[in-house]
Amino acid sequence: MKNEYFEDDSVEVCSSESRRDFLKKVSAIGAGAVALEFLEFDEAFAEVPEYVSNPADAVPITLNINGAEKSVQIDTRSSLLDTLRERLDLTGSKKGCDHGQCGACTVIIDGKRQLSCLTLAIMCDGKKITTIEGLGTEEKLHPMQKAFVDHDGFQCGYCTPGQICSAVALLNEAKNGDASRVTENLSVKAANLKLSDDEIRERMSGNICRCGAYPNIVAAIKEVQGK
Amino acid sequence: MKPFSYSRANSTNEALKLLQTDGKFIAGGTNLVDLMKEGVEQPSQLVDIQRLPLSTVQANKSGGVSLGALAKNSETANHPLIRSKYPLLTQAILAGASPQIRNMATNGGNLLQRTRCVYFYDVAMPCNKRQPGSGCGAFEGLNKNHAIFGWSETCVATFPSDMCVALAALDAQVKVLGKDGKERMINFVEFHRLPENDAAKDNNLLSGDLIISIELPKTGLPTKSHYLKIRNRASYAFALVSVAVIWEWKGNVIMNARIALGGVAHKPWRAFEAEKFLNGKIATEENFKQAAEIAIQDAKPLSQNAYKITLAKRAIVRALKTANGK
Repeated sequence: MKNEYFEDDSVEVCSSESRRDFLKKVSAIGAGAVALEFLEFDEAFAEVPEYVSNPADAVPITLNINGAEKSVQIDTRSSLLDTLRERLDLTGSKKGCDHGQCGACTVIIDGKRQLSCLTLAIMCDGKKITTIEGLGTEEKLHPMQKAFVDHDGFQCGYCTPGQICSAVALLNEAKNGDASRVTENLSVKAANLKLSDDEIRERMSGNICRCGAYPNIVAAIKEVQGK
Repeated sequence: MKPFSYSRANSTNEALKLLQTDGKFIAGGTNLVDLMKEGVEQPSQLVDIQRLPLSTVQANKSGGVSLGALAKNSETANHPLIRSKYPLLTQAILAGASPQIRNMATNGGNLLQRTRCVYFYDVAMPCNKRQPGSGCGAFEGLNKNHAIFGWSETCVATFPSDMCVALAALDAQVKVLGKDGKERMINFVEFHRLPENDAAKDNNLLSGDLIISIELPKTGLPTKSHYLKIRNRASYAFALVSVAVIWEWKGNVIMNARIALGGVAHKPWRAFEAEKFLNGKIATEENFKQAAEIAIQDAKPLSQNAYKITLAKRAIVRALKTANGK
């Protein structure tokens, strides 16, 4: 990918290789000597990742992620978040607290925003999972991604994939007429709710932003809803 | 996390058969998976019940509504039957957790969530609920979030649910399928229990029981209701004190009043004496204040939570006034 901000060739080389691949290569150099000793063991269990504590316990699963079927062997204990990040190279979903308190791992499962850190991957068989990688591409951003960029809806960016997945699902909930704690007149369900700032804040309360970009996040969501 | 075996049940009977002694049913998993990560829960087996046909919310034979055990909290809160007939329940559910968690958490699971007492969560600390006989860390420790009603020196933890406070006020019943394949009903107010000398037991389910549904009774006369939650931040926090109030009315006369409190006991706490006082009375602020005084008569504070008594009293008055103004 051409980086428009830098003319220096070395920068272009770096940006064409993902940071993750680069780190993998670096750690492989260090681990090479050790790995040779265990070659036989490695060959015996070539299919099974090292963190399945007992290889006999590895379970094959097929996940439908961003429209594609992915088959992997996992330990029954694997969270969906770890499976996405560590096994399927989908590192957009972030691990914040890993305890369902921050929302950084939010993904959309069967149309509903959910927490991938509290979801066991093995329970996701047959469900449709959408991660931030499935919403838009670098060339064609999802309208919510574009609005977050336009409104500076982040500083460090760590919570952003979760914020965006959450915001996209939120607008569907509003379209369905789903209420929140601050919705007036709960007794009547009417579709296409127009969300006030208070409504957006309440409905986004499951996504924490330590940088405090909240006013800009609210502005981004408001803009997309207005379209 | 301790390793476990996993199996998936396709029918309720299969679920009962699959469950082993140290196994647990799993559906939404929002609390169980977290507790397994912490090493607080260590089941040797999980039986995945999310595919059982228990996820509908529908009118029941007695004119009320049946909430399937596997219906999600968010679907239940926003179901047209619940929003129109039981807005108290909608309010309570939407006051709890976050949208993501409500999309995962099931109705049955909400009843079975464990306390958020920090001593229960920290496996290095004593806790009779987690490890019977180890003592109660909170009794003489950090207890500002803990119980003011019905506690024992064995356990001063509170039950964390918002939804269940409304269900207690609504006089719901829980339909349970026993290991023997027989169904039975448990009155909601008797579903959860006080700690007494056995803090490990949160409720009166028997080993191997499967929750099938929660049954809401028919709504009769016009009702007034409100759920008020007081917490440390505006959203996504557990209650310090919460109040569900509901009554039927004719003219300005209160009938069949029910007041349930959350965040103050080991179970949703019904203020039966205050309810008796209100029945037949006119809805006035003076009567609401007297009812609140009666409701907190038996409160016993711990070393750090005397504030909850004043808070509960004021919250009851405010909930009653707000309901009356609706």
